[in-house]
Amino acid sequence: MLELRNVSRAVGGADHIRNVSLALERGTLNVLLGPTLAGKTSLMRLMAGLDEPTSGTVHFDGADVTGQPVQRRNVAMVYQQFINYPALTVYENIASPLRIQGRDSATIDREVKRAAELMRLTPYLDRTPLNLSGGQQQRTALARAMVKNASLVLLDEPLANLDYKLREELREELPKIFAESGAIFVYATTEPQEALLLGGNTAVLSEGQMVQFGPTVDVFRRPVSLISARTFADPPLNTLSVEKKNGRISHGEAVTFPVPAHLQHLPDGAYTIGIQPHHLTTRATTPHTVSIHARAIITEITGSESFVHFTFAGTDWIMLTPGVLELDPDDAVEVLFEPTNLLVFDMEGRAVEYEFHTAA
Amino acid sequence: MTAQAKQTQGRSFAWLVPALYIFFLLLPIYWLVNMSFKTNTEITGTFSLYPHEPTLRNYAVIFTDPSWYSGYINSIIYVVMNTVISVAAALPAAYAFSRYRFLGDKHLFFWLLTNRMAPPAVFALPFFQLYSAFGLIDTHIAVALAHCLFNVPLAVWILEGFMSGVPKEIDETAYIDGYSFPRFFIKIFTPLIASGIGVAAFFCFMFSWVELLIARTLTTTDAKPIAAIMTRTVSASGMDWGVLAAAGVLTIIPGAIVIYFVRNYIAKGFALGRV
Repeated sequence: MLELRNVSRAVGGADHIRNVSLALERGTLNVLLGPTLAGKTSLMRLMAGLDEPTSGTVHFDGADVTGQPVQRRNVAMVYQQFINYPALTVYENIASPLRIQGRDSATIDREVKRAAELMRLTPYLDRTPLNLSGGQQQRTALARAMVKNASLVLLDEPLANLDYKLREELREELPKIFAESGAIFVYATTEPQEALLLGGNTAVLSEGQMVQFGPTVDVFRRPVSLISARTFADPPLNTLSVEKKNGRISHGEAVTFPVPAHLQHLPDGAYTIGIQPHHLTTRATTPHTVSIHARAIITEITGSESFVHFTFAGTDWIMLTPGVLELDPDDAVEVLFEPTNLLVFDMEGRAVEYEFHTAA
Repeated sequence: MTAQAKQTQGRSFAWLVPALYIFFLLLPIYWLVNMSFKTNTEITGTFSLYPHEPTLRNYAVIFTDPSWYSGYINSIIYVVMNTVISVAAALPAAYAFSRYRFLGDKHLFFWLLTNRMAPPAVFALPFFQLYSAFGLIDTHIAVALAHCLFNVPLAVWILEGFMSGVPKEIDETAYIDGYSFPRFFIKIFTPLIASGIGVAAFFCFMFSWVELLIARTLTTTDAKPIAAIMTRTVSASGMDWGVLAAAGVLTIIPGAIVIYFVRNYIAKGFALGRV
């Protein structure tokens, strides 16, 4: 088990990581989700032992490993950039951690060939990395991380620079490949979709702080704060400031609806509601459906779905709707949502407590 | 006019500029080689474009007279010493400058460079006084160390550029794989900056080879460099032009050989690896 206890790291007066506590179990897949500069890489470097925390401690299987040099920790790391040893062949690149461990050459040969087979690098073993395509270079780096059989595997946006098709393939294979080893698997990404596809647990990071940690789907469905919900929404979360008064929730005249049953217990006052773009629709469903009269700004059609940007009462929202929905700019559109799908936050941005009704 | 014709016409003059350029560049070298195969009578007596009575006497003098050939040996000894010391000292220094931020790193880097900006004459006196005190005058190591003042900063400067071109993540990946620093440096890092080391060594070699003032100040007989010997060839019978020209030719050769080996990296070296 890897445990970070109140870990902070400041570099030249700038806080890169602020007071993060996190416990990762063996054999789990953990996603670090956050925008660029959220501290994903900084946190990984602390986990790996490449950097030392300014304060706080790092424990591995109960032992305090803070300040222990990276060579003595059993970790593997793959960077977003394709990092290999340019002077060595692909074979020697993959073999390198095993050579350092002093394994016999038969074992090395077997392990390297097995990893190369999995990463489909067998035909390229005699080449040097710079003579390979980007995807092959990254697979070399992944194969090197794999043969090491490390107890902590850190992947820092490993697929970000790869083309779409290769990403999909590797994203499916990676968790399987590393799951066998029983290692702690940490995967940093900026994309909510990738986190959901990988599954496991997700830690949401924002500005060097950990906002939320839990099973990925739970974090997605029940964000503890507005920041967490925003980080985990792609396209961006729709938000609106509302007031709860006299049994109604309203934003001026534009949006007003009776307080749904699961929010009855909230005291009257100001709140922020959030709703995921895919929870907006143009087709009526239940008697509780809330309707907004809006004007279209622009529609982006991908084929299987349409992104409709629309505006009402000075607020811009996005609706993600299946199929093709063509609207001209300034067309009137009636947008509907179920109050049960609402995320409700208080004025400090904390999610309010309520019984959760529907599946996301 | 067709494109073909235009191209042909362009080509017919294209040789002219490089030809002129090479002609002017090579003229003094040709003249030196020319002189080295002439007799003194021919050099002083007539104007001839090539030696009419080619002779190897001048070269024979140099290769048989210890006061001549020892100059070459001395020069090569201290130049090689200096190159080895400079590059060996510059490698860790350049690594530190390229990989770590430390107090005053930029100032230190700049200060190193300013050593190159001062004329060698400035340092001749203090060096002479200092080395006298330590009894190092007229030794090869004295000249080799003195030239480090110029060559270490230069080598640090060149190597730092090459090293900064290697992503820091390669270092980290090696540490993660379990490499110790020395093993990483030798096995992984050095091959990546090999051309930089070659270029740095070349520049150290050249500067040390052509530097005259300090080398002459710090030596008297045992470690006297060839360039110093060449400036003292006025004998009782007057100037021995032919021998001097032959010595000049032989002085150019080591540089030419070194340039041949690093010719592909020179441009990158001048750009300090930042190409």
